[in-house]
Amino acid sequence: MSLRKEERREVVLRIFRGTGSDRSKDRYETFTVPYQKDMVVLNAIHYIQSHLDSSLSARWNCKAGRCGSCSAEINGVPRLMCKTLVDRYDGEITVEPMKAFPLIRDLVTDVSDNYRVAKMIPPFTPSVATDHVWRMYQEDVEKSQEFRKCIECFLCQDVCHVIREHKAEYIGPRFVVKAASLDMHPLDALNRSAFMKDNAGLGYCNITKCCQEICPEHITITDNAIIPEKERVVDRHYDPLVWLYRKITYRSVKQNAKQ
Amino acid sequence: MELWSAGSLESSAISSDDESYDTISTDVLIVGAGGAGLRAAIEAFDKGAKVLIACKSLLGKAHTVMAEGGIAASLGNVDPSDNWKVHFSDTIVEGQFLSNWKMVEIFAKEAPERVLELEYYGALFDRTKDGKIMQRPFGAHSYRRLCYIGDRTGLELIRTLQDQVIKRGIDYIDEVVVTSIFKDPATGRVAGAMAILLRSGKLLLIKCKAIILATGGCGKVYAVTSNSWESTGDGISLAYRAGAELMDMEMVQFHPTGMIFPAGVRGMLVTEAVRGEGGILTNVKGERFMEKYDPKRKELSARDVVARSIYTEIMEGRGTPNGGVYLDIRHRGAEYIKKRLPSMYAQFLEFAGIDITKQKMEVAPTVHYHMGGVRVDPETTETTLKGLFAAGEVACGLHGANRLGGNSLSDLLVFGRRAGLYAAEHARSATIGSISEEDIEKEISRILAPFKVTNGSNPFELKERVAETMWKYVGIVRNEQDLRKGLEEIGRIRLEAKHVQARGPRAYNQSWEACLSLWNMLIDCEAIIRSAIVRKESRGAHTRSDYPKKDNANWLVNIVIKQKDGQMIHELVPVPKIPPDMEKLINTDEILVWQQQEKREQLLVRK
Repeated sequence: MSLRKEERREVVLRIFRGTGSDRSKDRYETFTVPYQKDMVVLNAIHYIQSHLDSSLSARWNCKAGRCGSCSAEINGVPRLMCKTLVDRYDGEITVEPMKAFPLIRDLVTDVSDNYRVAKMIPPFTPSVATDHVWRMYQEDVEKSQEFRKCIECFLCQDVCHVIREHKAEYIGPRFVVKAASLDMHPLDALNRSAFMKDNAGLGYCNITKCCQEICPEHITITDNAIIPEKERVVDRHYDPLVWLYRKITYRSVKQNAKQ
Repeated sequence: MELWSAGSLESSAISSDDESYDTISTDVLIVGAGGAGLRAAIEAFDKGAKVLIACKSLLGKAHTVMAEGGIAASLGNVDPSDNWKVHFSDTIVEGQFLSNWKMVEIFAKEAPERVLELEYYGALFDRTKDGKIMQRPFGAHSYRRLCYIGDRTGLELIRTLQDQVIKRGIDYIDEVVVTSIFKDPATGRVAGAMAILLRSGKLLLIKCKAIILATGGCGKVYAVTSNSWESTGDGISLAYRAGAELMDMEMVQFHPTGMIFPAGVRGMLVTEAVRGEGGILTNVKGERFMEKYDPKRKELSARDVVARSIYTEIMEGRGTPNGGVYLDIRHRGAEYIKKRLPSMYAQFLEFAGIDITKQKMEVAPTVHYHMGGVRVDPETTETTLKGLFAAGEVACGLHGANRLGGNSLSDLLVFGRRAGLYAAEHARSATIGSISEEDIEKEISRILAPFKVTNGSNPFELKERVAETMWKYVGIVRNEQDLRKGLEEIGRIRLEAKHVQARGPRAYNQSWEACLSLWNMLIDCEAIIRSAIVRKESRGAHTRSDYPKKDNANWLVNIVIKQKDGQMIHELVPVPKIPPDMEKLINTDEILVWQQQEKREQLLVRK
């Protein structure tokens, strides 16, 4: 392995090229860039822009795995280009845009639909007044803090087969995580389970855990966010005891109202 | 129009010479959606103004996400003796008396409210045992003052503000490049701006009553930097070209600890929180060299001191074979490190294959922050151009010659809010000015020029050359000869930059954006170098080997840069004098009180 690395002198990349406004010209172009120890795919993209073809488009920002801009599919797997070492691959490396989103150009996709979905999530609503210093305890904030590591790279949205098939109905893993981060805030007043059931399409998720596997922030999306959110929906809407209790209290409220 | 989708994919592409543009109007245009821009938007909106945010990246990706260590505010949750007066003193002292005292006063007083407000907005800080916001020590802060969320404080800050912006339904357009500010020819006030919608490549004229610049810094003018792609100093150039004044441009902060390998991530930040949590710096001989340079504060000395110390160790041959020094946190134990510094642990493991719980890190200084920027009024954040406001890193006056860690995040909130407040106030009494057709035509022909060039230079390549030039000649230790060489080289690149070429179609054309930001960077560089030549002393981040001493007799002045008849000129303006009642608060000896306290506590425990 180490011998091969020393011998490597160049990296060959096969890169998707195309424009969203005219998909008839979609194509792949091959570039050869000099190899540098521990280089990542994004370094190779930058080399191409500076030395081989400045018309190549690729969205990026921090180059440090913090902003979640440089999402792409590398040899078919959704990944951040800035965190993917070229040494992971032996031969040619294929770089393509995320397939779940409309193409803008080359490796850049239109992810604006995610921002439409973000608007749907019922926002943080404090359960206490903001006129005094709040007290919360470390063990209580930690659950929610895990979800707040999300850098919104949308790789989980890209890999999610439910989104690919039922885009309009399911908000996707990123936004279940978002809802969970608010639900698990110790001082949040809302119950989002009706929203999760009726508007978020949570029922579509059949827990294949693809999202959890590719998350660059290693958030346990399925186990810690999706499953607990599903359980909340079940507890609230399908639990027979809760259902019975509601029926009774609802009736008594109605009767009271009549009296 | 749903603004968030403006510039999204459309059925037909536009031709590269298409000079048409759409026009929209708003009260307050905010350029940039980092912490300062978002906070400004919330305030201006809440004060009743019609607000439009225009940002260069996707919403929520601004450079603020990279802030790690924390946000400085004298809440006194861990050290009850802390208060705004000590924060004021620390900031003035470590800014080497170059800061605007009024700005520092406002900052130190308002920072705690802004942090609590962030919590009310939904941010989840790490907690003390009694359930309050946790605070950690940081370089040159007298008390444990930095509120934090592990080492991803900036991400939480930006996401929280982003949620508030979405909740209010504030209009924004992301992936848009603002290229110029227009003034009403009759009044000389701000009247609007030209912008490029990156995704479609279309042009947009934004008419407005006030503009808030929240564009961040210009770290990308240096080859080794912790800054992201956006940090090309666009705001500085926008303000300068519109006739506003710049100040303290020579003051560029080198963060002491950046990663040095792998080469692809050289300059990536290693948070000061590593030292805050007890990290030790050693040279190749194993000596804890900070004991020599600052025996009292050691690793937690001010950033300029630590950066210069590391630089000296490396230059005098005591660096590691990779050209850095060691930073060691292993003694804290694996569990503690993974809990308190999770991103650092992951960053070294994923990028360099180093387990910081078992191995030492190798670090060297990296360009991190620009204390200089657009000159603003300390209270209203208005620039010297009526209707133009600036907040955050693009503005100047708070940090003086050296910024303390954690002060930038509170800066964003305190002055972002003030910018929003006063811009909304300005908008209430102002009307939208008129913009001359001639100005618009001129600007459109300027920004479309790169498409008309054939066989021109590659803007990405020229940007790399700019960055190498600045790193080589305008680095951490400067001298007149090098600075002059740097200025000449920047001049040569400027000539070549007249013929940069944008290749490919207009939609999402990064080479086009690179041409425009290259031009902005060249203005920033010239201002930095000219100011660095003028300041013939060493103060804070500005170190001159030919003038190694601080010279209070002559240089308690701010260097102001502006345009006159198309030429860049400078002026020396004395630093505003601190009134006696405020001066009394300044204590240069009472540094790191908490460390002394902790020692005392430890002694008591042992007894």
